Amino acid sequence: MSRGQNILRSVVLTVGALVFLFPFYYMVIGSLQEEPDPTVAGAFPNPANLTLDNYSDINGRINLLQGLLNSGIFTGGVILCTVVFGVLVGYALAQLQWRGRGVTFALALLVQVVPFQLLMIPLYVMIARDYGLADNYLGMILPFAINSTAVIIFRQYFLQIPKELFDAARIDGAGELRILRRIALPLVRPALLTVVLLTFIGPWNEFLWPFLITKEASLQPLAVSLANYLSNVAATAANPFGAVLAGACVLAGPAVILFILFQRHFVSNNIGSGVKG
Amino acid sequence: MSLTTASRSAAGRSTTPPGGGPRRRKRPLLGTNPFGLLLSAPYLIFVLAVFAYPLVFAFWMSFHDYYFAAPGAQVDRPFVGLENFREVLADPAIIRSFGNVGTFLLINVPLTVVLSLVLATALNKAVRFRTFLRVSYYVPYVTASVAVVGVWIFLFSGNGLVNQILGPLAPEPAWLINETWAMPTIAIFVTWKGLGFFILLYLAALQNVSEELYEAAATDGAGKIRMFFSVTVPGVRPATVLVLLLSTVTGANLFTEPYLLTGGGGPNGASSSPVLMMYQRGIEQGSPDTAAAIGVILVIGVLILAFVQRKLAGGDES
Repeated sequence: MSRGQNILRSVVLTVGALVFLFPFYYMVIGSLQEEPDPTVAGAFPNPANLTLDNYSDINGRINLLQGLLNSGIFTGGVILCTVVFGVLVGYALAQLQWRGRGVTFALALLVQVVPFQLLMIPLYVMIARDYGLADNYLGMILPFAINSTAVIIFRQYFLQIPKELFDAARIDGAGELRILRRIALPLVRPALLTVVLLTFIGPWNEFLWPFLITKEASLQPLAVSLANYLSNVAATAANPFGAVLAGACVLAGPAVILFILFQRHFVSNNIGSGVKG
Repeated sequence: MSLTTASRSAAGRSTTPPGGGPRRRKRPLLGTNPFGLLLSAPYLIFVLAVFAYPLVFAFWMSFHDYYFAAPGAQVDRPFVGLENFREVLADPAIIRSFGNVGTFLLINVPLTVVLSLVLATALNKAVRFRTFLRVSYYVPYVTASVAVVGVWIFLFSGNGLVNQILGPLAPEPAWLINETWAMPTIAIFVTWKGLGFFILLYLAALQNVSEELYEAAATDGAGKIRMFFSVTVPGVRPATVLVLLLSTVTGANLFTEPYLLTGGGGPNGASSSPVLMMYQRGIEQGSPDTAAAIGVILVIGVLILAFVQRKLAGGDES
């Protein structure tokens, strides 16, 4: 491998990475500027001119804390259901012999390519109209409750654990429930963080579904209230872009920080196998 | 792949009569470990309630005169045959939205496949700043569309940074309010946003391409470019089939971006998408039956596309 090609590759990759990151840099800078400055010079402002006014401005229009809390409840509910029920199915799929196992595994794969948008209208009729769960956290969580990719990741993880471990426990007379609690669950801990990270992205960033079923502002996740602000009232703010970008930073912040902290667990092989099965 | 597994097991089940039939001693009715069924029950109920039932409901709705009624009210919902589909196909706005999503897919899917494969190949060999590079490409994927949409509107507005740099080359009117450029701009946005995930898939696939193949190719005197086309591309073919399928499915479900970037599919419906039309017809205008028919047509379209892609990409062995 020649040195020249190596350098060329590094340069191309770095330039590409900077292009990918630039909108994020611009988002932060824009949220800190008093007046929107779309010129090239505006991308590199004097640090003395930066202000936090936009953040208090957006906070006055949409309650950021309430939005974050709603996003947190929505996301937390989905993660909780996914972890609790996902571990159980993953274990059953990998280590137990039961009728319907093949069908269940096929379903978990198939569900990942079913477009949610086709289900949107019937789900709206069922959840909002029939069950009366509009403007309700439960109604928000329900369609996302168990992430199928997470189920596959758990299964993949349990497949790596030798069957003999479980058979030995059975020979020693341990019941299935005891094997699950004492052997399977403690072993799954390393897969947990990958699953939590992967599951987090979905509901935290989801717009369409919570937008459909929450009309009450005090229950809307931040993505929904920010989008409503963006499409309705932005025109009336003193510095509409600054305020939108400030809200965007608050929405993007938790996901980006979590991802950077734990990017080690966002491993290609885990997730790749999760999608491929 | 999964379809065949499912149908085979379903067929296998129907040959043994439930309960009363002659039971083979070797395999009990619920398998050797029925506890697994108990553990999976919550997930199976979830899939039935949130995927299977609504799927059937959507098809049913598209063939009936369905409208929102007060909760608990008993209303008549007569079968209307293909009436809803006729209504959809006679509506120029809906036809236009299907054309728009076609334009979107023509730009987004090839761009996604090529860029993610090239970037993944380069990232796979990169030694320096590995973590920094990977994180930069993944970050748009983990961020909410709603958050980054704001920056894009700012960047691509009339006197935004992009036009400032382009100067006299800037399109008039600006990107997102220009009938020709609105959809391509959205396609670029979605490509940028989703690329990280597809790079991740290709990176996983690249680990399975045997190093020996590269060595053999090098011995035969193949250059870098030749190696890429003769070893890497065929080696990751199953991943390519998957990337094609997933990017087509996500692309066909386009909603948030036209809703927010172009204020609901503007200008003049030049960037509307079928899902946006489903929202407008179904929920805003209260005819869920028309919306369900749009959804059914969309899914049939995606299935045909997926089938054609599979034939072309030759993913039979995956």
